[in-house]
Parts: sequence; structure tokens; C-alpha cells
Amino acid sequence: MSEHDASQEVLRMEGLRISYNVGKPTEVEVLHGLDLRLQRRDFAALVGASGSGKSTLLNLIGLLDRPTAGELFLLAEPTRSMDDARRTEVRGSAIGFVFQFHHLIQAFTTLENVLMPLMVATGKPTREQIDRGRGLLAQVGLEGLEQRKPDQLSGGQQQRVAVARALITHPALLLADEPTGNLDSKSATEVFQLFRNFNREFGCAVLLVTHDSRMSEQCDRTITLVDGNIESDA
Amino acid sequence: MWIEWTIATKFLYEGKVQSTLILVGIAVGVAVIVFLTALITGLQSNIINRTLGTQAHIKVQPTEERNRILPPAAGSVQLVLEDKRAQRLRSINNWQQVRDMLDTLPRVTAVSPVITGPAFARRGEALQSVALVGIDAPRYQRIIPIQNDIVAGVFRIGAGDAVIGKQLATDLGLRAGDKLRLDGGQKRESVVNVAGIFELGVRELDSRYVYLEMKQVQSLLNLPGAATIIDVTVDDIFDAQTVAARITRLTGLKAESWMETNAQLMNALRSQSLSTQMISAFVALSVALGIASVLSVSVIQRTREIGILRAMGTSRHQMLRVFLIQGALFGLAGSLLGGLAGYGLVGAFNTFGPKLFYIPVNPWLLVAAAGLAMVTGIISAAVPARRAASLDPVEAIRHV
Repeated sequence: MSEHDASQEVLRMEGLRISYNVGKPTEVEVLHGLDLRLQRRDFAALVGASGSGKSTLLNLIGLLDRPTAGELFLLAEPTRSMDDARRTEVRGSAIGFVFQFHHLIQAFTTLENVLMPLMVATGKPTREQIDRGRGLLAQVGLEGLEQRKPDQLSGGQQQRVAVARALITHPALLLADEPTGNLDSKSATEVFQLFRNFNREFGCAVLLVTHDSRMSEQCDRTITLVDGNIESDA
Repeated sequence: MWIEWTIATKFLYEGKVQSTLILVGIAVGVAVIVFLTALITGLQSNIINRTLGTQAHIKVQPTEERNRILPPAAGSVQLVLEDKRAQRLRSINNWQQVRDMLDTLPRVTAVSPVITGPAFARRGEALQSVALVGIDAPRYQRIIPIQNDIVAGVFRIGAGDAVIGKQLATDLGLRAGDKLRLDGGQKRESVVNVAGIFELGVRELDSRYVYLEMKQVQSLLNLPGAATIIDVTVDDIFDAQTVAARITRLTGLKAESWMETNAQLMNALRSQSLSTQMISAFVALSVALGIASVLSVSVIQRTREIGILRAMGTSRHQMLRVFLIQGALFGLAGSLLGGLAGYGLVGAFNTFGPKLFYIPVNPWLLVAAAGLAMVTGIISAAVPARRAASLDPVEAIRHV
């Protein structure tokens, strides 16, 4: 992969390890030195049995957690020594999250939820940003539901709002933790298709944690995690 | 700040019931503090006005007479058996100069020399002991405005005219225009005309005071040219003690402030203020704890949403500010509601209460209460806000 242009590289992990309860008798290493690269336009599935460290890895990549050893480069920037403020900033601008349970904020409308990453970064949304939010909602098929509260939407619709929210900042990397795990198969297919479309359209790398083999088979790349080690990457 | 403000208010609005309950709690607390403070302030100023309306702030008198004992000769021992001297009525030496000097003192608003001593008032067979008060009318009225309390006749003294209290008039069956015989002892008597009758509302004064011209009292008491007391008022009554001490230093005379002569009253007022402050402090504390506990619960309830917001790029500081804003809003809104309720209570008290005294309404009290409650709200919110800010996003998102 070294022949690739460095600017095309979204994510690079070098010997990434993480342990919990460091220094205590219960210390346990969850990830044992992972090396991984993701390029722009990569559409990868991260699979593995539960307890293999998928979510932990996703939290590390999403800068929600810190590795105990190794280095993680996001857009060629080393992240391990970043202070909390900078991590928050990078997380807000470069990474989009979609969680298993849509995780919308009940107090805000659909449109406000979509605009949330922009609002926390720059304050009151501009007209242009609001239009972008409406556009994204239309793209995920929720036109006209902008002013609804999350609890007035179905599970599939809520997850689509979450996808729109993850994409509002044009992130370089979209992380999805079993985004369809909670949906019926029709909604699941629709949401998956959205990821596909945005991957092509925006050129953002997608890393999808999934249990669903049908879903991982449709991805360009499948990374298999077994007991904290990458067993295969193809 | 816009997003923090938006999140804070949306969260508060979403938890309407909780927000309303704590708001009512704060409002009740603030209402109690506002009403109690206004009530006690009104009561105290009423008591002070009533007390000081009939007496000078400072009374300047001659020092007590003491026995002068020669020091023992060197090398000898002296055994002294001493009887305290009876304090006869004496004039202040050079009271005219003292009066003029007091006139120039800063903070002093009025100076009035007075000669006062005991006498009997007689009418027919009836006999009453009275206090003769010889005054310089224009000066004295600046200290105690008796002309406002005349209930019969006019306030006029001098040339054989006297003004007496209503109780004394009743006791002796006198009306304005009647004659009254005054007996200063040792055959010094004079008959005066009752020009006016006053009622100050203080029984002691109304039953004993007989106001006369200074000269007449001087002759009745056989103290020609004398003044036994100089009454002084000051601009700030609570500075009376300081001014009195200054007068003593300057003149060598005994200067007693109203705080000393009314030591019990002062003590009562101080205790009252202290208990009011204690009650206010405890109410404020419980309000603060109320805000803190509601916000603590709110942080726990919103743990997952805090996690999501953090994952969306909300910084720790932004999270902190969200909850501080909530605390400040609780304090501000609660205190405005409570302040209005407190004023409502004051208004109701003034309109429907026992009407023994009027509670003045001080708008600054509301401003102070609002400001203080806002600060209290922010301080109370500090602990839950820090907790929210320090939440680990990963843990928070998993929180159900």
C-alpha cells in the first residue's frame, strides 16, 4: 500500500494495544498490537465474535478511548499524545459515528440532531448549513420530517437520521457500530445502501462493525478480529 | 455559548415537571428570604424611628462628680473609706462654646442645649412629679419635632407659656389655655400658661414632660445660665457611637449614644438581625442543595445523551457550561418568581396585615436576591457540571 498517496490515507494503526485496569491484578490486554490502514473510499467490514475487541477498536479509532501502546494516525496526524480538547475537535470534524442504537437526542428535532456536530463546533447553524442538513435528510429519505422529534420516527428512520448526522461534517471516516443490528431486514438493507452511496459520493472511508455475514460480504474488504488480533484482512 | 445555551434550555424544557418542581422550590425559598428580610427591615426601622423620634441620638452631659482624694505622702500608707458623692444637678461648663463647637462637627445634624430637672406640677389638690425641660425651641425642634405631635393648642414656649404632655394634662384635668403651678422646690414656684398639649406616644414623656423656656427652668431649678444636657443628632444613626466617642475626646464631657442608653433595644435588634440572617442562610443552603441534587439527577438521567454529544465533538468545557447555565437559569428564574411572590406577601401584609407598621418595598432587594440566587445556582451546579464534563464518552454511550 506504500505506493498510495499519503493524503489518501485516512487511518493508520501501528502496533496498537490497549489494556484495561492497568497496574492492577485484573489487568487485561484487549487488543494485542494491531496494524491496519484505511484509505479514502475504503468500504470495510469489521467482523468477529463478541468479545473479540471490535467495539474497543472502534472506540480507539473514534478517539473515544486511548491506546496503552502503539500509535494511531488519523489523516496522518498522530493522536496518542493529543490533549482532550484536540481529540474532541478532531472527533467532531473528521469522524462520523453511527451507533447501534441510533442515539439521537430526544430534546432536539430531527433536523437539529443532524446539525448537532456543526452546532457544537461553530454555534448557530448558517442558512447554508441548514440547507445541507435538509439535503442530507432528503437523501436518506426523510424529507418533510425535519421538525419531528426522534420518538415520532420509526427505528429505521431514526437510524437514517443518525447516518445523516454522521455525514453532516463531511467526515473523512465513518464509523458504524452494528448500525443495522437493531433494524428489520428491509430497513437494514436501506441503511446499508445509504452507507454505500455516501462512500461513493463523498469518498469517505467506511468502517462497519457487523455480525451480519450478508452485510460483510457486500463490503469491499473484511477485517476479521479474533481475540484482539487481526486474523484476516481481505 | 449559543449551543450550550440551546442544549441547556432544551434539556430543561424536556424535563418540564422536574424543572417546574425545583423552580417552585427555589421560588418559595427566595420568597421567604425576601419577605422575611423586608419584614424585619421594616420592623426594625419602625422600632428605631419610634425610639429615636422622641430622643436625641447623643446626650452630652457633665462628667460624674467624684471625691478628690489627696495622694498619700511618700513612704506612708493611706487607708480610704469613701462614700460616693450624690450627683447634684449641674450645668455643663461653658455650654455655649461646647454647643458652637458641636455645630461645626462633621456628621452632626442638630445640636440643642437643654436644662432639665425635677419639679412638681400642682393644680388645686392634685400633685404630679414632672420633668422640667427648658429648651431653645428652634434648635430643639430639629431634634424632636414636637410641633408635629401637638394635639391641642399650639407649640409656643417662653413668656410664661408651657407645652405639656397629654397624659399630664389628663391627670391634672388641664386644657390648652389653663394655668399650671410648677414647684421647683425650696419655695421656687411659678405659674405658667398651658399653650399646647403634645402626644408623643411614649407614656413616660406624655405624663412627665413640661417644656418651658430655658430661662424659666434655670430660675426654677436655681441654676442661672445653666444647660444640663446638650442633645445631638447625627446623619447616620448607627454612627452615633463613633460620634459620641469623638465628642467625649474633644470636650471631656460624658457623651452617651442612643445605642448605650438603649442597650437592650440594640441587643434585641442585633439578635433579630442575626436570627433573620441565619434563617436566610439556611433557606439559601437548602435551595442550593435542591438545585445541586436536581442537576445531579439530571446528569445521571442524561448520561447517554452527554456521551452522544461528546462523541459529536462537544468539548468538556461546553458540557460543563451546559449545566452551569442550567444552575444559573434555575437561580435567576426561581429568584424572580420568588421575589415577586415575596413582594406580593409584603403588599398583602401592608394591605391586609395588622397595620402596626408599614414594610417599605426596596426594589434593590429583588436585584440582590436575583444576583445572589444566580451565583448560588452556578455554585450549586458546579459539582454536577464537573461530573457531566468528566464523563467518559464510551461509558456514557453504553449507559442505559
